[in-house]
Amino acid sequence: MLELDGVTAGYDRRAPVFRGASLTVAPGESVGLLGPSGCGKSTLARVAALLHRPDAGRFVLDGTEVRAWRHRAPRELRTAVGVVFQQPRMAADPRLTLADLLVEPLRATGRRAEAPARLAELAPAVGLTPDLLGRRPHEVSDGQLQRACLGRALALRPRWLICDEMTAMLDASTTAALVAAVEAYRADTGAGLLAVGHDRVLLSRWCDRTVEWKNCLPAEEGP
Amino acid sequence: MADRRTHRLRLWTSALVVGVVLLAVLLVPPLVQLDEQAVDLSRKLLPPSWEHPFGTDDLGRDLLLRCVYGLRISLLVGLVAALVATVVGTAVGAAAGALGGWTDRTLMRLVDAFSSVPHLLLGIFVVALFRPGVWPVIASVAVTHWLSTARIVRSEVLSLRTRPFVDAAVSGGATRWRVAVRHLLPAVLPQAGLAAVLMVPHAMWHESALSFLGLGLPSHQASLGNLVQNARSSLLAGYGWPTLFPGLLLIVPTLAIAGLAGVWRDRLNPRRRSELML
Repeated sequence: MLELDGVTAGYDRRAPVFRGASLTVAPGESVGLLGPSGCGKSTLARVAALLHRPDAGRFVLDGTEVRAWRHRAPRELRTAVGVVFQQPRMAADPRLTLADLLVEPLRATGRRAEAPARLAELAPAVGLTPDLLGRRPHEVSDGQLQRACLGRALALRPRWLICDEMTAMLDASTTAALVAAVEAYRADTGAGLLAVGHDRVLLSRWCDRTVEWKNCLPAEEGP
Repeated sequence: MADRRTHRLRLWTSALVVGVVLLAVLLVPPLVQLDEQAVDLSRKLLPPSWEHPFGTDDLGRDLLLRCVYGLRISLLVGLVAALVATVVGTAVGAAAGALGGWTDRTLMRLVDAFSSVPHLLLGIFVVALFRPGVWPVIASVAVTHWLSTARIVRSEVLSLRTRPFVDAAVSGGATRWRVAVRHLLPAVLPQAGLAAVLMVPHAMWHESALSFLGLGLPSHQASLGNLVQNARSSLLAGYGWPTLFPGLLLIVPTLAIAGLAGVWRDRLNPRRRSELML
């Protein structure tokens, strides 16, 4: 269970982006979070990914209340949530090849030995051909780079996946391929999904249910 | 293509000049067993000839030999001072950028305080504290030149720290140390290295300025600044070469080092590398 309860967060304590937001994602469930630009969807996603400390509220992940964020958060909690960001260019270290990018989480967590085998599984799963793996971010397209970023998010087999406007910058066919890759992973592992975006058609088709962000707060809506 | 040709030309001319200079300062003193301080008043102020390619100065000393020794001292001062300044600047800048908060504010106000005093004045103050010699000059250059590196490294770390790729690394289980070593340091080090190379010419000029003012190395010791300073009276008497050659040796190698730094900067940028088809 991924439970956000009465979360207030922002970048200035005196003027938070939103107050008292609550959202629950059940194991294996997919939830789409819809809303206009600037309303705080991404900030909520960052809180759920343990990347942004909220000013108030509770966040319970699989029964454990999260009390520390970023580096201070226990590693097993951090790696239980995989994140894909909106802009692949910003989310990829320009010095790493796509192959290094995909397995960097394994190396960072001391599981270097598993890297080659995992790379062989991940690359086809996200649709990266072997000739792309040796290239660096500036030598591939946004779509190809986003595939690598999705692969990186899946590298540690997270129980939860957060896609923050994952397909906002991509064309229709790449969008379809990435959504298919996420769904294949979820079918395989039963991971929960929080997909953040502004594309109502996409999210309502992709997710079990959608939540509409109204008056700077998520309000429940039908499937 | 033209871009690439210019790049190549710059690389090879700079490398050639730096190579010749390095060979000269490394090989000439041990191989040529001549005293660069030997005075021969019967041969004073001879114009350039086969026997004395750079001519002689007002005390009859061979200028080519003195220039090589002077360049050696100037290069040594430049390299060591640039290294010290870069290490200090990188440490301060990285600490300020990575730790933030009051550490950042304190360190940066310190940088501002140092920057508010004119460099040469601060440099003179430092050399004035000690007896003339090589180390006070190096200290003088280092104290006045770490500031820009600290600023460069800090801004680089600040801009990198908030990038989503750092978030992605954190989310992927990376420790603070791992993020610093794997993602931040490789991004900052080339910039710091480039700043260090660009600082070598600066440091050489600073040394020359101090020596020219009579505050650097002792005046019998050949350094480019001392050579120009000693040649001043000859210049007024109509003898140009004692000023010309040390001056050229100050300008040409510093341009060559800056040229190499420019080539390095081009190669650092992955996008630029692809453009140049390297």
